[in-house]
Amino acid sequence: MKKVALNGAGLLVALFAAFPVYWMISTSLKPSSEIFSATPQPVPTHPTLAHYREILTGNLIPGVSFLDFFLNSALVAVSTVVLSGLVALLAATAVARFRFKLRTSFLIMLLVVQMIPLEALVIPLFLMIQRLGLYNTLPSLILTYLGFSLPFAVWMLRGFVAAVPKELEEAAAIDGASRAQIFRRVLFPLVAPGLVATSIFSFITAWNELIFALTFINDQGSYTLPVAMTFFFGRDDTNWGPVMAASTLFTLPVIIFFLLVQRRMVSGLVAGAVKG
Amino acid sequence: MSSQTLSPETAAARETPARRRRRVDRLPYLLLLPALVIIGVLLLWPLGQVVVMSFYRLNTVRQLRGDREWPWVGLGNYADILSDPFFLTVLRNTVLFAAANVLLTMVLGTLVGLLLNRLGRKMATFVASCVMLAWATPALTGTIVWKWIFDDTSGLVTWLFNALPDGLSTSLFGRSDWTGYGWFNSPLLFFAILTLVVVWHSFPFIAVSVLAGLKSVPSELHEAARVDGASPWRVFWKITFPLLRPVFGILIVLSTIWDFKVFTQQFVLAGGTQDRPTFMLAIYSYAEAFSPPPKYGLGAAIAVILTLILLMVTGFYVRMVLRQEDES
Repeated sequence: MKKVALNGAGLLVALFAAFPVYWMISTSLKPSSEIFSATPQPVPTHPTLAHYREILTGNLIPGVSFLDFFLNSALVAVSTVVLSGLVALLAATAVARFRFKLRTSFLIMLLVVQMIPLEALVIPLFLMIQRLGLYNTLPSLILTYLGFSLPFAVWMLRGFVAAVPKELEEAAAIDGASRAQIFRRVLFPLVAPGLVATSIFSFITAWNELIFALTFINDQGSYTLPVAMTFFFGRDDTNWGPVMAASTLFTLPVIIFFLLVQRRMVSGLVAGAVKG
Repeated sequence: MSSQTLSPETAAARETPARRRRRVDRLPYLLLLPALVIIGVLLLWPLGQVVVMSFYRLNTVRQLRGDREWPWVGLGNYADILSDPFFLTVLRNTVLFAAANVLLTMVLGTLVGLLLNRLGRKMATFVASCVMLAWATPALTGTIVWKWIFDDTSGLVTWLFNALPDGLSTSLFGRSDWTGYGWFNSPLLFFAILTLVVVWHSFPFIAVSVLAGLKSVPSELHEAARVDGASPWRVFWKITFPLLRPVFGILIVLSTIWDFKVFTQQFVLAGGTQDRPTFMLAIYSYAEAFSPPPKYGLGAAIAVILTLILLMVTGFYVRMVLRQEDES
């Protein structure tokens, strides 16, 4: 009896949590007549890819298609990931492998910096972007997201670097490997899974961001996907079919990446690397 | 990367121990340098700059670029904001919204965390996967879907209310036809829906964190209390809560900080920055700065006020957590 109540509560929670995602995908697959019918259909009775075809082949503004916005977003996110991963790996190695004077101060600063409300930085960063002549360019966003994702990336990677047994590096050093070789051949391959996990977090930060993209980009052709979606779909009497198709295409990479990280975090990183 | 620090092995082999140690001492700082520069330039400098800007009257982009004078107004922007009755509305909206959302998120998240801990293996995996979906969904698209669910013609909620028996609907709400009903038109209803969206997005993190905390607590304690006949309510407040107090402290701080600066969900739900009665600090600052006519100095002052409030919240909780640890 108690078990039934618990399972019932579990199902309710699952329904509440997953329903909007289900409804987004389900709506995107319904023909418009079903979407706007008086009685909503729980599942698409005549599934169609028409809305996907519409947004993928048509132009949202003359000369610019959904795919262009998708590519803008991907370019910004991937650049952010590469830069942030590289810089974070160096910093994480420093704090995980060395004892130096300012180490603790740096770690505390990393924590404090993550508490800064980014919403409060729109205005000063807008000023900086204007002065650097980067207004209306995608690099303005790459730079901004690099700053936002870095503290967390260093914080997360630090754990992965620390998890690599020092003995491996010492063994390599005894075998005559240089620092560069140790870094490249020993540390890097073992930290790679952690780097993937960290990269995914940076990617999601950059991919999802709206306010800064809204503020720094004026030219419609350079819009990222979130800005394009608020701009073109945020109007009255919205055509929900294409909107849900676009939302699904925007959301799916994030959900897939997110679930990947969840697994990565759990899996043992260097299990079996050091055996006596 | 500097070639000097990562020299080929031949050089390393030739070095004396003393030289090697001295070089190693510099290496961590060189590795840190790029990160320090980026954090300094992109986070710390803007944080200082927003305070500086709040003391000036900045109403054109040319001023920002440095082509025009920056007229110093001292605390003038702050005086303008604080003397405007609208600021009180915004502050009240922000504080009430944050308080309601933190409370609801914490309660729902904790309940779901406790539930996941009690469910069977398969069921727990299923529910946790669904909860993860809500967490993973970007704020933007999550909000767009909720907006569709509350659409005034074909939305699911409109249909649900239309499906109520007419008599019941009329006696409860004074109307039976809900088609065309503007769910977002009254500020109170707008905030209720915004709360739904924000809680939906943020309870998974609380649930998963509470679950992780529960897994670290030996289950014997709970079992012993239950065998002694303690009610679930008492078990939670006498055993679970005290043991997980540090976790709850951190979760409350994080939730408070997040809910004080909600932007994306509000921006999307309201369809921009026109809906002034529902303004909260983050969107107020943005609208003052970027909606024409731009007032960057005034927006910066509001951003500073928001940051100060968040600093106080953080400081307050840090002190509370520390004091509790001293007492115990």
